[in-house]
Amino acid sequence: MHATDWLQFALYLGILTLITKPMGLYLMQVLDTNGRTWLDPVVKPVEKLTYRLLGVDPQREHGWKQYTFAMLAFSLVGVVFTYAILRLQHLLPWNPQTLPGLSHHLAFNTAVSFTTNTNWQSYGGEAAMSYFSQMVGLTFHNFVSAAVGIGIAAALVRGIARSSAKTLGNFWADLVRATYYLLLPICVVFALFLVSQGMIQNFDPYTQVKTLEGAEQVIAQGPMASQVAIKMLGTNGGGFMNTNAAHPFENPTPLSNFIQMLSIFSIGSGLTYYLGRMVKNQAHGWAVWAAMVALFLGSVLVCAHYEAVGNPIHQQLGIAAADGNLEGKEVRFGIFNSSLFATITTAASCGAVNSMHDSFTPLGGLVPLFMMELGEVVIGGVGAGLYGMLVFVVLAVFIAGLMVGRTPEYLGKKIQAKEVKLAMLTLLVLTLSILGFTAWACVSGWGVAGLNNSGPHGFSEMLYAYSSATGNNGSAFAGLTANTPWYNTTLGLAMLIGRFLMIVPIMALAGSLAGKQTVPPSAGTFPVNGATFTVLLIGTVLLIGALNFLPALALGPIVEHFLMGQGRLF
Amino acid sequence: MQALVSELLPSLRATLVLAVVTCGAYPLLVTGVAQKVFKDKAGGSLIIDKDGAVRGSALLSQNFAAENFFHPRPSAAGGGHDAAGSGGSNLGPTSQKLHDALKERVAAYRRLNGLTNDAEVPADAVTASGSGLDPHISVSNALLQAARVARARGLGLERVKALISTHTTDPGLGLLGEPAVNVLALNLGLDTLAPASRP
Repeated sequence: MHATDWLQFALYLGILTLITKPMGLYLMQVLDTNGRTWLDPVVKPVEKLTYRLLGVDPQREHGWKQYTFAMLAFSLVGVVFTYAILRLQHLLPWNPQTLPGLSHHLAFNTAVSFTTNTNWQSYGGEAAMSYFSQMVGLTFHNFVSAAVGIGIAAALVRGIARSSAKTLGNFWADLVRATYYLLLPICVVFALFLVSQGMIQNFDPYTQVKTLEGAEQVIAQGPMASQVAIKMLGTNGGGFMNTNAAHPFENPTPLSNFIQMLSIFSIGSGLTYYLGRMVKNQAHGWAVWAAMVALFLGSVLVCAHYEAVGNPIHQQLGIAAADGNLEGKEVRFGIFNSSLFATITTAASCGAVNSMHDSFTPLGGLVPLFMMELGEVVIGGVGAGLYGMLVFVVLAVFIAGLMVGRTPEYLGKKIQAKEVKLAMLTLLVLTLSILGFTAWACVSGWGVAGLNNSGPHGFSEMLYAYSSATGNNGSAFAGLTANTPWYNTTLGLAMLIGRFLMIVPIMALAGSLAGKQTVPPSAGTFPVNGATFTVLLIGTVLLIGALNFLPALALGPIVEHFLMGQGRLF
Repeated sequence: MQALVSELLPSLRATLVLAVVTCGAYPLLVTGVAQKVFKDKAGGSLIIDKDGAVRGSALLSQNFAAENFFHPRPSAAGGGHDAAGSGGSNLGPTSQKLHDALKERVAAYRRLNGLTNDAEVPADAVTASGSGLDPHISVSNALLQAARVARARGLGLERVKALISTHTTDPGLGLLGEPAVNVLALNLGLDTLAPASRP
């Protein structure tokens, strides 16, 4: 890494740290039905009107089951809504390129993908999606799937913070308030900033160009900035164009790149502060945050190192070794900003890419893969990062309890068999989905047929796909031809499993914790703040991730690394 | 099940109301302001010549193969620099196909620019970018092409090098990203300096 790389990295971490508290304090107001913000004079009337139109009472709180049912019903309607739009695209407006409707399996995959905040894309945006599909069918979920994730995280935190309570908040209030007070206002400013950097925002037909050498070039257009703002802020990640944030329209300058990277982590980071504030133990919030940032720091350094070292096979051909591995990367971002973006987008469940992960060096590409397999708890997706990390917190506390031989407690709540079972259930389901689907694809004709690379890298493409789908990430080793009935269907199922078989046990956990009485800490209570706890939490995350996935990683990126060193090609 | 069904009606209403706000009001507001304040950028930073013809976008690469132009990076977008079908090669580090392509491109780059057979070639000159539309090349790549372009245009080498330096963008805020040369802007500059006699 060069000196400027270190400086950029320090600047990134510095600003992220600075926005964590203000974001957390703002979230306190947003996620309180009666909270107050400076936007109230404008937004409050719209909020009230919305509740009236929905026919719901925001003051009536839900128990964990009702909250979950509302979330499931809303998601179901959302899938159908987007599926219909995509199938009927050719009949709907704003389709200047007269693109046809999507096939049933692609429409299913895409509808599920955006509803689950995954944004896996088996299509290329500029070649498949009308402006209406992008703006309505997809952007809708970019907002609401993010708001739902934030709501689930808030419900879990309320469950931890409350004592002997039956309710966890109102789903509709969380959904509407997170959308109106948090996501929309930031996106308006963010989108206009992106346009100022060169991002497009129009409804023009594609532009016909006569190049300087006299050839024809067609330039794709569209209402991009409004969609990209929420794609980053809501950690959705679905690109307007096929190559996502690598496309010069979708990420025109190093500054747009920097702000996009910051936006991915901003809400997730603020939620850790929200946690500390809500449970009245700010040090705990920071301890969780510190564990996330430490894992992030290490990952970035590993990824950037191997991308800068580059590929010895290519260097033997006469390519400058000092340039690192530039295949699939953009000159304006270079090695470091590509590695940093790749780590951020997979640490969070974002999945936008500003370089092609498929062309990373084996160990450089292992980092984003492993980040997803850890459960995207390193800052993580909006809401999903925090509720995923709190599962690990419960396990960490449980492990600490076993070591000292006491009933584990978490912030005054006894952690008993039920809580540990629910926490383990989420982790086992995710692991089973990733490894099970990958194994299935490996031994099936349809699985191998989709590969763009052979040898261990081909295996990595499949492992990456199911890790990304199950983790609701959405980035890809994009050489994989996934737009086939088998891939679209299995990836769609993996996304549903990754989203809802994670959320339902977590909501049950929240309900169970809410019902418990808070007992004051005693001398034998394991403190959940300070360095010891942070180290324990990091250890728990790494241990579970390594136990689950090291064998699979050994068959993919790790063996490829050694073969690359020997000059083997496939 | 009963509980799930009872939430379907509010779900349906919420979908419609939130769609109107987030997919109607919001993008139209952003489009309206963007078209007023940043009209050129919102439209794709198009380059329009004096006859009113669109010649490209300042942000997107286009194909250059002639000796008297600077060449962009190899592109895996469609048939090359397809601005309606962006794409990278997505070939991995141990791909035979990538290896063979790089070998060929390294030889071609050396031949075209009069380099020796063991000269180091800048990585960006032979690797495909992520988008296939990367408008930039590295400064070292531009400098290695300068002699060829100067000869083909009958220009002094120093004038071409000066042109490269005026078209080199600094990292954002002096610190973000990498210095880069915009190939289309550079070639437009060349055309102003010494119009090429085209076949």
